[in-house]
Amino acid sequence: MTAPSPVDYQTIPDQAHRAAATKSEQLVDVQNLKVHFRSPGRCVQAVNGVDLTLAKGEVLTILGESGSGKSVTLRALMRLLPERRTSIEGHINVAGQDVLKMSRRELSAYRGFTTSMIFQEPMLAFDPVFRIGDQIAETVCRHEGVSHAEGLARALELFELVRIPSAKRRLSNYPHEMSGGMSQRAMIALALSCRPRLLLADEPTTALDATVQIQILLLLRDLQRELGMSVIFVTHDMGVANEISDRIAVMYAGRVVETGSVDEIIRAPRHPYTVGLMQSRASGELKGERLSAIPGSPPDMASPPPGCAFAPRCSLATEECQQNVPPAKVLGQQHWAACWKLEGV
Amino acid sequence: MNAERVSVESPLALKKPLDSRDRGGAAQPLLSVKALRKHFVIKKDFFGRPVSQVHAVDGVDFDVLKGETLGIVGESGCGKSTTARLLMQLLTPDAGEVIFDGDPVGKPGGLSIREMRRQVQMVFQNSYASLNPRMSVEESIAFGPQVHGLGKKEANTRARKLLDQVGLLPNQFASRYPHELSGGQRQRVNIARALALEPRLLILDEAVSALDKSVEAQVLNLLIDLKQEYGLTYLFISHDLNVVRYISDRVMVMYLGRVAEMGESESLYNAPAHPYTRALMSAMPSMDPDNRTQVAPLAGDPPNPIDLPPGCRFCPRCSMAVDKCREEEPELAPLHAMQAGHLQHRSACWRAGEVQALASTPIAEEITS
Repeated sequence: MTAPSPVDYQTIPDQAHRAAATKSEQLVDVQNLKVHFRSPGRCVQAVNGVDLTLAKGEVLTILGESGSGKSVTLRALMRLLPERRTSIEGHINVAGQDVLKMSRRELSAYRGFTTSMIFQEPMLAFDPVFRIGDQIAETVCRHEGVSHAEGLARALELFELVRIPSAKRRLSNYPHEMSGGMSQRAMIALALSCRPRLLLADEPTTALDATVQIQILLLLRDLQRELGMSVIFVTHDMGVANEISDRIAVMYAGRVVETGSVDEIIRAPRHPYTVGLMQSRASGELKGERLSAIPGSPPDMASPPPGCAFAPRCSLATEECQQNVPPAKVLGQQHWAACWKLEGV
Repeated sequence: MNAERVSVESPLALKKPLDSRDRGGAAQPLLSVKALRKHFVIKKDFFGRPVSQVHAVDGVDFDVLKGETLGIVGESGCGKSTTARLLMQLLTPDAGEVIFDGDPVGKPGGLSIREMRRQVQMVFQNSYASLNPRMSVEESIAFGPQVHGLGKKEANTRARKLLDQVGLLPNQFASRYPHELSGGQRQRVNIARALALEPRLLILDEAVSALDKSVEAQVLNLLIDLKQEYGLTYLFISHDLNVVRYISDRVMVMYLGRVAEMGESESLYNAPAHPYTRALMSAMPSMDPDNRTQVAPLAGDPPNPIDLPPGCRFCPRCSMAVDKCREEEPELAPLHAMQAGHLQHRSACWRAGEVQALASTPIAEEITS
């Protein structure tokens, strides 16, 4: 472990979780992850010391607004960020491998095989000029060294696994011939083609209609159970997080501000930001009343505030909050929050 | 005559208790839409006759009452945005009539499109794409009034006043350009720009959908304040049923270019009378960790509006469809003959009464049984 700096305050409580999960159960261990994007005269501190652990077969949701660093954290886990302009610090350990130290060759074995990812725009994940079946078969051939015919057979199995109707016919479709929900299913099939142990899902249902979104969520839940994968799911929607996850980590301005089981976060949130998010949801019961919106907007990550990043928008903030980053306080076995004013919330 | 009516009012009198432009009185709908239709031809035969077409909006009738918020919900491809664009005449309707406060729009003797657009303004989903990147915020807001004959100085004064009203400090924001603003701020600018022409009807096409939840709540509060202050009428289009329920007085549910159900929002949310509305509602993610969704209410994607099934458009996905549904298309009919005019709860379903009786049973049980 590196010497504790003021920023890696989150290490302490996650140690408890880390200790509780024995080595064999734990799949992902992220320690003090910092991702900064550099460009001339500007440095965007997208992620500022994130600690995450994930057990085998667990579903963790990273909940956060745009710019909170949730997608960047996910991309760092796959090393998908542009190397030249990004500086990544900290440790990322997935299935016993140090992701940040991998060579190109190790990375291409790691991607798809140990960890794979699904995205918000399924259409962009496929090459428009090749048939979907061939694209999945290619992945299987590449990773498992089997023939194209065997790869195709595997693609058919996968299409049946993700419940695409008339799977055989669909294999010879081009991406544009699929509807939104169908191509999202096909992308899940592609991601699962090499039986990854960790699935990263970056807002996979955001672009879909509600009626299709719920189908995809139920499918992911079933697949996760059947295959025993671990999943890190990124979303900005509380409802989606509730439907899919075991544990929720709430991110704000590049840091995890609160973590807990779904029950704890949805029913008894403690961090003022999480509480504010829950209260600002519009619903029928609140008709005619004003919504208790969180004032202001998230900070510019090129010059984040020195103390708690939420302090400028927080009604409980004091001098202390403006100056110092709050340490995380343990509230339960899995539940902790980083706030100076937890008692006042 | 219409020109007179517009020129009588002072251009800067933003706040008016009684709108001098009001004609038919409170009982006359502000906007009446009759048999509105728009088909997009995607393939023609040798003689130029359409072979296949998208039935984007296929015979839609509705009224928007003065001072109300009418919500429109539906999946992608149901025609909700096309309807909005047709109302603004950004698209030309194939058929149908749009009547604004008693005057037919774009017809001889009626309201010209230019005058209609003074009174009807629109806010779009993409806040960035709907602002000119080379114009400062102040210029963008003042542009409309200047086009409509207001002097530059007055237009700028108005722009600053509106900026203040939408919660952006004029001294700080007036000279900024769109790329210097956050999403929420940009959408506030779009709202200010829409209000610059003192419209009576504001069409909000997914105006809050792209915003983060915490910012969305701020903008919703702002919309409610502005509505009261200026006596506005809203047409609120969204796919988020929670938001629509929160803000709307009445709700219209669209499916494949037609109105499936319409009614007062509480009546519609508490006792939906169309299987599609029921399915939409139970497709919303649950907020109860102990009561997660177990069964998806609908299978598959929304069908494309090109090849429509005969009979009811929803019947291929409907769990309650009977033979009649496959043969005859139901009309939007009132559920109770007794209810008065516009507040009627109407549904386009042959089995509307039965659907409404089901309101208390969760949809999951019904699907599994």
